Amino acid sequence: MSIPELTLAPIPYFWPRERVFAFYAAVRDWPVDTVYLGETVCPKRRELRPADWAAIGQRLEAAGKRVVISTLTLLEAGSELGALRQLCRETRFTVEANDMAAVNVLARLGRPFVAGGPLNVYNPRSLARLRAAGAERWLLAAELGRDDAAALAAAEPAMTLEVLVWGRLPLAWSARCFTARAENRSRDRCGFVCQRDPDGRLTRTRDGRPFLNINGIHTESALTQSLAAEYPAVVAAGARALRIVPQAEGTEQVVAGFDALRHGADPGATTAALAPLAPVGTCNGYWHGQAGAAELEAAL
Amino acid sequence: MELVCPAGSLPALRAAVEAGANAVYTGFRDATNARHFAGLNFGERELERGIEHARARGCKVYLAINTYPGTAGWPRWRAAVDRAAGLGVDALIAADLGVLDYATERHPGLRLHLSVQASATNAEALDFHHRSFGIRRAVLPRVLSLQQVAQVAASAPVPVEVFGFGSLCIMVEGRCLLSSYATGQSPNTYGACSPAAHVRWEQQAGGLEARLNGHLIDRFAPGERAGYPTLCKGRFLVGGNAYHAFEEPTSLSSVDILADLQRAGVAAIKVEGRQRSPAYVAEATALLRAAIDACGSGSPAPTDAWQRRLGELAEGSQVTLGAYHRPWG
Repeated sequence: MSIPELTLAPIPYFWPRERVFAFYAAVRDWPVDTVYLGETVCPKRRELRPADWAAIGQRLEAAGKRVVISTLTLLEAGSELGALRQLCRETRFTVEANDMAAVNVLARLGRPFVAGGPLNVYNPRSLARLRAAGAERWLLAAELGRDDAAALAAAEPAMTLEVLVWGRLPLAWSARCFTARAENRSRDRCGFVCQRDPDGRLTRTRDGRPFLNINGIHTESALTQSLAAEYPAVVAAGARALRIVPQAEGTEQVVAGFDALRHGADPGATTAALAPLAPVGTCNGYWHGQAGAAELEAAL
Repeated sequence: MELVCPAGSLPALRAAVEAGANAVYTGFRDATNARHFAGLNFGERELERGIEHARARGCKVYLAINTYPGTAGWPRWRAAVDRAAGLGVDALIAADLGVLDYATERHPGLRLHLSVQASATNAEALDFHHRSFGIRRAVLPRVLSLQQVAQVAASAPVPVEVFGFGSLCIMVEGRCLLSSYATGQSPNTYGACSPAAHVRWEQQAGGLEARLNGHLIDRFAPGERAGYPTLCKGRFLVGGNAYHAFEEPTSLSSVDILADLQRAGVAAIKVEGRQRSPAYVAEATALLRAAIDACGSGSPAPTDAWQRRLGELAEGSQVTLGAYHRPWG
């Protein structure tokens, strides 16, 4: 069995420009193979222009990384479609499509692409349809687990299956900005308050248990999905790329942990070493076909 | 504009037809549709009777097969598409690429509507489904402003349908896993949000608690009206404040802007609520029928009175324009 790629998801949070540049300067030395760049959450977050992302991408390429530009997940305004068309036309990097709009534009241009998780691939026929449109790699939908991953990977062996092995789960998208709402602001006058939350904003149930994480128009799980203990099963299911979501602190150690796993480290020991890096705890329910928030024993 | 009304049962179907629906939408009694609740929806024989009843009165019948089949469930969804085609429904409402692909290949004459569950919020996404599957209409998610609806309607390759009244999904339909994260049962795969089997009510010293698979969704003070614990309408702690972090229990009502939706070129107005009673369906349908008819007549309409009556039908007795009204975001 070949060694899987490590990939770094786009930064889901609104970090200041300097922080983004510093982060990717460090990534050049990390053992990741593919780096996804770009803004996937909110069209108002424009600390970096397309030229900035291109410059970061070029430096990562020079350091031997493969670079993919990831698109917005929710497109509502005509101007957002315009920006999407321009990006797909002009970028020399592969594009990850997070909405059928991007699939349409890329298919029209004849450009191969990565099918993002929000495209909702749940069965082989859907995956085949995206392959026909030009997808050559796909991210497993967040709520799917081992059995679906294995069935889909077996149905399309020529495509690369990527699985989110570390990060808060992307759970929902809305027209409403919940960070602005928490500050009694409207989305139109948000004042970019989400920049105060480099890890999103923790939302607890009223008995104090961490539950969700508010990140602008995007809602994530509070718990971090960690599939470190499941590493052998993830690879056996057919995953050829393992995705790690950047977080405010500790991303480098997470990458190092999964790099060790793919070079033979013990999953149990690695899981224990990584657990403290999850800001409020870990979960793995989806991988086992259960509620995403559940934490189950690894089934090897 | 066509008025499309919910039919979660044969009595609800009859009520909607009687009250003036141009079309009703239905589903089979299983996870193939996004309103999979106990006691709801149709078996084959019932649907046959429903179609006969509606047709005789000039009303169309649409059928939703709008969840996402996994590999294991695929044969059941495929069979549902075949049954729908065999029964001669006026349109199939679908979201999944595989389901749409299968329906296109196997039943080329079957009219396809893109379900709101497909999360298609823009003209490029609609163009993809139009080019790929020849969809004839698309239901837009409840996240667009009136201006954005107009923009999509003007540039889309197919007519669009929007929600006019009913529960307000504040997340993009088809891209919300909140319920699945908490319960393991997903609107996308199982067809139900915050399913009743996971709801538990507990009287505690601090008030009545509503839990969803153990997660505390809300706590109601003595005397406070306790609503169904739909996850996104619960109260949570953000930075120490307990409030409706996502949305208050409220319903969407577009009565105030129906004329604007008509001017925007919207082809159909949908009433949400296949899980509601025939009496609710009758009243909501009759009100929306009157409101849509008034749009065409040019005479002043008793909008305030309608809005009051719709408010009485609404969740938490409150209505909102939701995302149609820009400041909501």
